[in-house]
This record gives sequence, structure tokens and C-alpha cells, in this order.
Amino acid sequence: MAGITSYGAYIPYYRLPRNIINKAWSRTGGSGEKAVANYDEDAISMSVAAGLDCLRGIDPKTVDALFLATTTAPYKERQNSTIVATALDIRRDTRSADFTNCLRAGTNALLSALDSINAGSAKSVMVTAADTRLGGAAGENEQHFGDGAAALILGKDKVAIEVEASYTISDDMADNWRASDDTFVRTWEERFGLDEGYRKITAEAAAEVMKKCKLTPKDFAKACFYGPYTRRHAELGRVMGFQPAQIQEPLLDTVGNTGTALPLMILVAALEEAKAGDRILLVSWGNGSDAIVLRVTEEIEKIRDRRGIKRHLQIQRKLENYEKYLRWRGLVPLEAAARPGKAPTSMSSLWREHRSALPLYGVKCQKCGTPQLFLDGSSTRPRICLECHTRDEFEPYRFADKKGTVATFSHDFLALSQDPPNTITVVDFEGGGRGAFEMADRDPEECKVGMGVEMTFRRIFFDKGVHNYFWKCKPLRD
Amino acid sequence: MQTPKGLDSKLKEVNEMPGSIKDRVAIVGMGCTKFGERWDASTDDLLVESAYEAFEDAGLGPEDIQAAWVGTTSSGATGMMLSGPLRLQYIPITRVENACATASEAFRNGCYAVAAGIYDIVLAIGVEKLKDTGLSGLGGAQPAPSHVLSPESTAPGNFALLATTYFAKYGLSYEEGKHMIGRVSWKSHKNGELNPKAHFQREVPLETILNAPMIAWPLGLYDCCGVSDGSAAAIITTPEIAKSLRKDPIFVKALQICAPPADGNENTKYTYDRIDTTEKAAIAAYKEAGITNPREEISMAEVHDCFSITEAVTMEDLGFSPRGKVRDDIENGFFDLDGKLPVQPDGGLKCFGHPIGASGIRMIYEMYKQLQGKAGPRQIKDPKLGLTHNLGGRPAGCMIFCGIFGLEGI
Repeated sequence: MAGITSYGAYIPYYRLPRNIINKAWSRTGGSGEKAVANYDEDAISMSVAAGLDCLRGIDPKTVDALFLATTTAPYKERQNSTIVATALDIRRDTRSADFTNCLRAGTNALLSALDSINAGSAKSVMVTAADTRLGGAAGENEQHFGDGAAALILGKDKVAIEVEASYTISDDMADNWRASDDTFVRTWEERFGLDEGYRKITAEAAAEVMKKCKLTPKDFAKACFYGPYTRRHAELGRVMGFQPAQIQEPLLDTVGNTGTALPLMILVAALEEAKAGDRILLVSWGNGSDAIVLRVTEEIEKIRDRRGIKRHLQIQRKLENYEKYLRWRGLVPLEAAARPGKAPTSMSSLWREHRSALPLYGVKCQKCGTPQLFLDGSSTRPRICLECHTRDEFEPYRFADKKGTVATFSHDFLALSQDPPNTITVVDFEGGGRGAFEMADRDPEECKVGMGVEMTFRRIFFDKGVHNYFWKCKPLRD
Repeated sequence: MQTPKGLDSKLKEVNEMPGSIKDRVAIVGMGCTKFGERWDASTDDLLVESAYEAFEDAGLGPEDIQAAWVGTTSSGATGMMLSGPLRLQYIPITRVENACATASEAFRNGCYAVAAGIYDIVLAIGVEKLKDTGLSGLGGAQPAPSHVLSPESTAPGNFALLATTYFAKYGLSYEEGKHMIGRVSWKSHKNGELNPKAHFQREVPLETILNAPMIAWPLGLYDCCGVSDGSAAAIITTPEIAKSLRKDPIFVKALQICAPPADGNENTKYTYDRIDTTEKAAIAAYKEAGITNPREEISMAEVHDCFSITEAVTMEDLGFSPRGKVRDDIENGFFDLDGKLPVQPDGGLKCFGHPIGASGIRMIYEMYKQLQGKAGPRQIKDPKLGLTHNLGGRPAGCMIFCGIFGLEGI
């Protein structure tokens, strides 16, 4: 039976306590916190991060398709999933698709991936779901929305979580929406969407899929379902007929409502604890509902080495001020930097480099064996070996999955950055090779010569409508 | 010839040159504008100012110039940026560029043309007008569109990488390292105070230097050189013509420029506590000039102190201080104006200022005046040989010029 063969997740490093948001607006209280994407993170970069977690121990070249789900795609025209697939080093002769515009897009993508597997058109399909939705400053949604991502691989071999059945309802129930030029999510009177939509329609989908399988709530080890916030989530669990112990904790007080990614992130958290034989119900919400019945197999024990949700929850740092959040999300007009303007990103140059730069390939010299990156010139593809000077005798050598140590660094207060000072580093990779990279998610105080780092895919700048992605390093924290 | 004393033997394999410039050309006239925020002057004004000072100094006029090399990184283009404002009439002029080593390169090309016997009298001139961009740092220098993947960093950030590694390698605490580089800038400010053409002419207390705002950790405001407008010019001729024009022409003893493979950010062999290319260029220059012990034989130097740490490691790269020991020499005043080997007698890039395309010839200007005994209150006693070191780029890869200048017969 087809199903999930691997899982992964990503939660941004920074967490904004809700009482800090309230304090900024002269309000009291606020429980829990929300995960906040750094200024250089978005749905594409977080999809890559979750994808890397999901691909641990798996050759990306075995993946036949990448389906990306988000409502906050950086591009309206230019396929977001292709950027993610290229960064993850997935083959070129694969299918990619963006599933968008609906909080149900994550399970939409999952079910479509399953259809591809069952139809035999693909053996292995990766699904990523990520969102960085924005609520207007000082509003309710700002409190609840958090950023995060999940990734799954669907296949027929070595299935760790079988998909037993699914039931879908599509309804044009507009509780939340964004027109194409809206920055913030618009919401109708809250009780309308929750009482008439969320509570009824998700419960209906759940009931129908259980009926289809002749199962009742007591047959499930865990129920993983979307929730806008804690109280309403718990209420839906009761309506669907589950005991509190069966309800997978929905991450709303630690990560926040991650939109499209939320049901899949809750599922990943459940899978981290699941045992063979466990049956899990997954239910999404958004202009209807997908309800999916899953059953865990023995294979689950072979895919435990993931950061997933549990370890990502521990890798964190509190965002100490709300102003930084406003700056990172571009919610305040800033004084223009007194630095020379950048030349526009060259699409022809990006095209030449995309198969080397996006998946972070360097080369290994076939004559002398020296691994080398080439990032300082006008190309990322070296022609002459830096060690033995042999011309064009290289094999591809990927650096994205190599750990490194910091050879030197500086905190540049003059350089353009949304998180100054800009920490620039020279990284020596395990196994050889060196490159200069910015460092992300760091506390300047922790930087030392010799510290361990890993690579992270980020948006290095945005200008004139172009989101330019490349790799940075970040401190190793586990 | 054996490797000059104080330099790594592993670096002795410098390409042998079949010829040498030593004593084949001489400088008969030099000019240098006041450097600084020259709100009053255009690029053209600066060129005219430095060129005419050089003409007057040599007792020549523009009609005597047979060919010229003009250096700038961003303040003009083609030979006409010089022939236009000076109204030079149909002579060959080449515009050259080698980042911050641009002016030295203009000078070097002019010397070779005279040494080759093609021309008798040539002009080398450098200029930069940086203060018309509206920015306090280096403006206008956009990366090429294809350089889309480099970390967003500035010149201070790139050179700060040297300090981080130097401090770590030699076990210097932040305070110890910071004091060492602070002492470099303190000395240059002290010298700059004696120089009426300098951008900054004020002594600054060491405490102020150490506690200044951070620009790129661990470099603070006073670890960074000035960004200035200015121009400097030299008239180069044969030894015979030079001696017919004045009694104290200054002779070129060595001219070296070195382009590395620029792989410091890719090659793990680069240790980031030095600039290997300086060592290469220095060894070649010492060989060309016949110098075997630079610490003893060089009387004074103007080096590329774009940042205080650059000057510190350059002292080791030039063989002035043993590896890892420059701190002792800096703290003991070895490079002070009254020390054994004065460095930056004119205030250096730090205080004289740094109009990118002019600085290399400004360095030579100071050596020229010192060797002639015309350096006023900052005159060094009886100098014999002066060295200039001009760097274009950043530690991971930079052009290095190294020149040696002296009186006849030294």
C-alpha cells in the first residue's frame, strides 16, 4: 500500500513571545510564543529546510516529483517548487507543482502525490508545506500566525505510514481570504467561520472517512488536525469524538498557526512518537477539508533520525523585541541605507549557475582530489583546479550537506542587513574546500574561530522583484 | 640571491625577471593635492592641481610630456580624462585601473616606457573624486550583476577577517589585539598632525581610538582610513635628463606588482593572518633593489594601511617584523616617526586619506620629499631607501605593488 516513506520539518530559530507583542501595543498578557522566520526566510527557504530534514539518508536523485504547498509563495509567476527542487538537488526530469491559495494545499498536495504513486507515474514524490502568513500589526491574526514547514516523501516501497483512506470536501466557505494584492489575511466575523465552517465541515470529513473505513474514534492512537488556536482546536477534538489523550498537541502555543504547513507539522510531531500499528487521523481545513486515515508500519523505526518537530522546538532563541519582528517582516518603512545600490540580479547569470549554485555544488579535481567551491568569481563553476591547475577535469561535489568550521569571521556593521551586524565568515568544510558565507541565526557573541556550522538555504536579497536565493552558514546546535 | 632576511623560505620561488628597473629611471617632479573632502574641487581641478605642482617642481611644462598614464577606479575613463582638462595635444595616454593599487600601476607603466627607451619624459598621475556620491563610504562601486552570491560585506568587514584570525592565532585577547591595532592608528594620527596636505591633521588619544564605534568587529572607526578626494602626479625621465634638470632626482630601485590567483576564500591553505601576495611582491622588490635585510636597510615606508590590521600584518609580510612579533615592534614605537623604521610618516591612508586612484603616487610623493629632505616638521633624519606598498583588493585576493626608491648610487 502506498504511503509516507519519510518525514521532516522545520521551525525557524526565533520565537516571539506573545506578551512581547502585547507589550508593544500597551496590552497585558499573552500566552505562549510564535515561531518567526528570519528576514531571509520565506516559504521557499523553509521548504528547502524541511526537505533537507526529510531527505536524511535518502538520495535526492531518487525523488521523481516535488509538490510545494503554500499560501505565501514568493512568486506569483515563476515556479516556486522548481526552485526548491533544484536547491534540494532533485533531478531535472521530474515533475514539480505549486499547490497554493488555500490552507488545505498541504493535504491537497499529499493526496495528489498519493495519486501519482498509485497511478504509477512516480515512484517517489516529495511534498513540502510552508507558510509565513501575516496578520496586520496589533491585530488578532498577528498573535496567532507562526512560521514553519513540513516535508513528506510518498512512495510504495518501505512505506512507514500507509494511507488507508481519504475523504475530501470542497466548499467555498470564505472565513479567511486574501485578494492577490492583499498583504494581510482578511477575516469575516470569527464565529461564522469557526462555528459554521471549521467545526462542522472538518468534523463531517472526519466522520465520513471513518465511516468509509468502518472505524470509530477509539480505533485511533492520535488525531492530527488543523486548529486556529488552542481552545477551538480542543473543541473540535471533542466534536469529532476524541478523548484529550488522543489529540496530538497542535503546536499553537509554541510555533503558532503555520497555515498550510500546520496539519502536516502536527502529523510529523505525532509520527515522532508513533509505534508500528498505530492508526492516525489527519484532518485539514481551508475552503473544505481533507480527512486521511494513516497506519504506521515497522519501517517507522528506520526514519527516526530527523530534527522533525521535537528537536526543532529545542533549537530556539527568543526574539527580544517586537521592532525586530516588524523590520524582518517589512512592516515599517525604513531609512534607506547609505550604501551604493546593487546592480540588478542577472537572470542570465542565475541561469548559467542554477545547477551549481542552488544545490551548492562545487567540484572535486579528478587529478589531485581537491574539493573546491568557486564563489568569488563571475561563475560558480571552476575551470582550472586551484591546487594542481589541471583544466576541466572535475567531478561534481556537493557542499550543502557538509558541515564546516569557521576559519575567520567579522560582524560588519556597515553592510546592508535586516539583522545587523552582518556576520561574514570563511568556512572550511569537513573533507576539504572553503567558501565565504554570511552567517544566519547567530548571536554575535557566540561566534568564534573554529566553531561548527552547517549550511542553510536563504533568500540572500530581494530587489526589483527578484528573490535571490543562496546558502548561508549557521551555527551547529545539535 | 638568497631569500631576504625575515621572510619565509617557502616563498622564495618568485619568478626571476630577466631585467631590473634599478636606477634606469628617475623622478624629476612630483605633485600632490591636499587630500580630503574637497567640496571645492572637481576631478579636473584635482588633476590640474597635482600635475602643475609636478611641472613646477621639475621645471617642465605640459608640452614636455611625451606620454602619460592616468589612474582612476571610478572618476573617469579613457586617456581623455587627462588630456581634456590639461589640454594635452595628441600624445599617447593610457587610463589604468588596479583597484586601490591603481596609481602605483600608472607610475610603473610610465617607468617601463622610459626604461624601454621609447619616451624620455612621461607623466604618471592618479586621481579620485569620491565625495560626490552622497555616501560617506566608497560609493558607486556596484558589483557586477554576475556577482550575485558573494556575502554582503564591506571593505572594513573583509579586512576585519584578518584581525579575527591574527588575534586567534597568536592568542591575543580582544583587548590586547585591539590595543595593538589602535596603537597603529594612534601613530598615524600623530604623523598626520604634521602634514598640511593630510585629510586628518589631528592627534587622537589612544583611549578614543579604542572606544570608538564598531564598524566591522573588531575594527572600530579609527581602525579605518579616510575616504577622500585627491590627486598625485609624478614626472619620470631618464637618469641623464633628470640630473640635467635638478641636483636631487630620486631614483627608482624596484617596481613590483603581483596578482595572486585570488583564491583565499576557496583555498584552505590561506591562513588569513597575513597577505601572502605582499610577501611575494616584497621578495621580488628586494631582489631587484639588492636588499638582503629589509628591517635594517629600508629607512622608511608608506604602506597600504586601509585598516590598522592591514598595516600590522604588512609589517610581517614585508619582513620588517618577525612572524607573530609585530605587536612588540608596534607597542615599542619601532615604526613611529622617531623609531628605527618610520612607517606612514605622512599619516598614511589613515590620515592623509585615500582617494583610491591617487594613493599609490601619494605614497611615492612622501618618499620623494623625505629623500630630498623636504618633508618639513616630519622630516626623517638622513633616509637612504624608502619603500611603498600599495594593495588593491581584499585579503582573499589582492593586487600588491611594492616599490623602492632612493638617492643616486644607493
